[in-house]
Amino acid sequence: MAKKINSPLEKKSAGLRPVTKKNLVTLGIVTVFYVLFQTLSSLGVLKNAYQSLLVPICYSVIMAVSLNLVVGVLGELSIGHAGFMCVGAYCGAFFSVVTKNSFEIGWLRFLIAMIIGAVAAAIAGFLIGIPVLRLKGDYLAIVTLAFGEIIKSVVNVLYIGRDDAGFHIAMDSAKVGLQEGGVMILNGPQGITGTPRNSNFTVGFILVMLTLIIVTNLMDSRTGRAVMSLRDNRIAAESIGVNVTKYKLTAFVISAAIAGVAGVLYAHNLNALTANTNNFGYNMSIMILVYVVLGGLGSIRGSVIAAALLYSLPEIFRGVGQYRMLLYAIVLIVMMIVNNGAFFVQYKEKLKHRIRGGRKEAA
Amino acid sequence: MKVKQILALVLALVMCFALASCGEKKPTDTPSDTPDVTEDAPQGDVSFEKEGVIKLGGIGPITGDLAQYGVAVQLGAELAVAEINAAGGINGYEVAFKMEDDTGAADIAVNAYNALKDWGMQTLVGTVTSTPCVAVSAEAVNDNMLLLTPSGSSIDAISAGDTCFRVCFSDDNQGIVAADYIADKGLATKVGVIFNSSDSYSTGIKDNLVAEAAKKGLEIVATEAFTNDNATDFSAQLNNVKDAGAELVFLSMYYTPASLLLKQAKDMGYAPIFFGPDGMDGILGMENFDTSLAEGLRYLTPFLENATDDATVKFVESFKAKYPDRASYLNQFAADAYDAIYALKAAYELADVTPETSVSDAGNLLKDALTKVSVDGVTGTAMVWSADGEPQKQPRVAIINNGVVEAA
Repeated sequence: MAKKINSPLEKKSAGLRPVTKKNLVTLGIVTVFYVLFQTLSSLGVLKNAYQSLLVPICYSVIMAVSLNLVVGVLGELSIGHAGFMCVGAYCGAFFSVVTKNSFEIGWLRFLIAMIIGAVAAAIAGFLIGIPVLRLKGDYLAIVTLAFGEIIKSVVNVLYIGRDDAGFHIAMDSAKVGLQEGGVMILNGPQGITGTPRNSNFTVGFILVMLTLIIVTNLMDSRTGRAVMSLRDNRIAAESIGVNVTKYKLTAFVISAAIAGVAGVLYAHNLNALTANTNNFGYNMSIMILVYVVLGGLGSIRGSVIAAALLYSLPEIFRGVGQYRMLLYAIVLIVMMIVNNGAFFVQYKEKLKHRIRGGRKEAA
Repeated sequence: MKVKQILALVLALVMCFALASCGEKKPTDTPSDTPDVTEDAPQGDVSFEKEGVIKLGGIGPITGDLAQYGVAVQLGAELAVAEINAAGGINGYEVAFKMEDDTGAADIAVNAYNALKDWGMQTLVGTVTSTPCVAVSAEAVNDNMLLLTPSGSSIDAISAGDTCFRVCFSDDNQGIVAADYIADKGLATKVGVIFNSSDSYSTGIKDNLVAEAAKKGLEIVATEAFTNDNATDFSAQLNNVKDAGAELVFLSMYYTPASLLLKQAKDMGYAPIFFGPDGMDGILGMENFDTSLAEGLRYLTPFLENATDDATVKFVESFKAKYPDRASYLNQFAADAYDAIYALKAAYELADVTPETSVSDAGNLLKDALTKVSVDGVTGTAMVWSADGEPQKQPRVAIINNGVVEAA
């Protein structure tokens, strides 16, 4: 399988730019993994425990890549990214639950839910981005953290029900005032239950590929270069006429929209959607930041690998029982030290050199 | 420099492997020195008539904020399994119980469920907390696996299908029972409620308490909310219920925030009657908690350690004998889990389910059998289940007197 994917690349590679080649390799790696795990799972070889990790890995990867757009490419530290995932998850799940019985075609409903989730998260990103992006550095980080928490808190006090008269929205469950036969859709901290479970590995894979294509192409575009110039030297960029607000907002909104899609994928993977610190609060935001930092700021391929690896580690450690989370923490520390250590960096460089050297000789 | 780094790396790796091998020896992660019931051959001289093992899985928070509940369920279930095995097992087969950690999160619980399926679980005793139970019950219904949660009390926890049952009361039932008790005993007429609005357990009980209070002629003078993120300062909420003239304050929450709240109430000199749901159970076992603060606190509980009925006495004795240094886990969660295993035993025996029965067939047989058995357990005598999975038993109210939990 791996050969099939690589062969057309090699033929063309002489004419491809290094950036394009690098991106294609990333897409190739993801495809190989998809084909491998999809085959294993359809053959029934893959354990149930690993099968249930496939979709979560997909949304972790999407979250990491989208946050990398803000942290790595735009160079602004955002630690409220899970908030956008939350917006996407709730809007998408709300739509799906409302139309569950009236919409016959499952995939189309799921697609619309995705679009709704992405648009809602983008709007949230836009509204939040206007005040937030006026700040810099630590201040920006803290304000994004606060906005992430606000989003989580808001969905926890919202009660939305539906009866024959239409929708009822309240901040208190007693005041929703549903008629006989009415149904609560969003039930405060109990969240949304009964979301149709449309997420699967194939959908997750398609979304990961789309995310990668969007983000890598954005980075390689005029807009992307403008965004990166802001990161590298804001004053110099401004002096040559780069519109700071416009490009900052563009990157922020695109990143939020992608996070919204990840949220929709999350919401349709479980039928119990609640917002707490571990899934949409700062714990999650920090976790995504860890994926991005470990993978390397600005490195899309790094984000993909780090997210997939770090999400699955706690599950792989199930064998050690109660020491699971302790072991995870230790491995995380070791990885952070080693990944950044002089020894490993040198080794990576050497390895890169060898691979490149080998290719040149072959050519 | 380089040498140091390599050395650090090697040492870290050694530590990891050491930990990993520690774990492998005891895959059930029983945090005690008791014999391992799940993996080892039958203990002592009990010999089982038949080959094969009945595999029961458990899911709950073994690590994290809610670990107190998960570990209690694990200990209670393992105690029951050890007793059953010592008495010859179920239908002549040995019973194995394996607990997996979900840290209280729905997505991790589904992962844990799948890991247990790989192990060969036939019936699930779990999950311990409500939200994960909603997600896992959907999976269990998909596989037509019988799910008996010891303590998942939200309405949705077992509404996914007809193979889902629970041992504890539902939140609905708790709120209603609490309001009835307050009204019938004439404890108070003006009631204030403080609840955690970011927690489904707290809001579920509060909603039903408020609804039932209206029917019973109780006046709810104030309902004050807090969230997980500001669960450290309750002075605003306490002042509001005090100003509203509440004679009784219903603490619709778990005991961790309640312990802080009681401290702050004492500091401001406010001493109404405090009443809580079963989440208060375990408050006296908290580390560094001044037990005098909880004096006079009343709460609903299905299990009282110093009750005098035979089942409770026997359970308490064997629990203390098996886990001498873990007495703080002797609470209703352990009792619920203990009863869950015995309820399953009764159902397995009635339906004559064996390890060879497929998960789906076992689900069909057991869901019928569970509605036909009557179990005399620690959390209530003559417990029976209806087809919707709800148990029927009499609730009890506990009061803390001189640092001891007593029946009120």
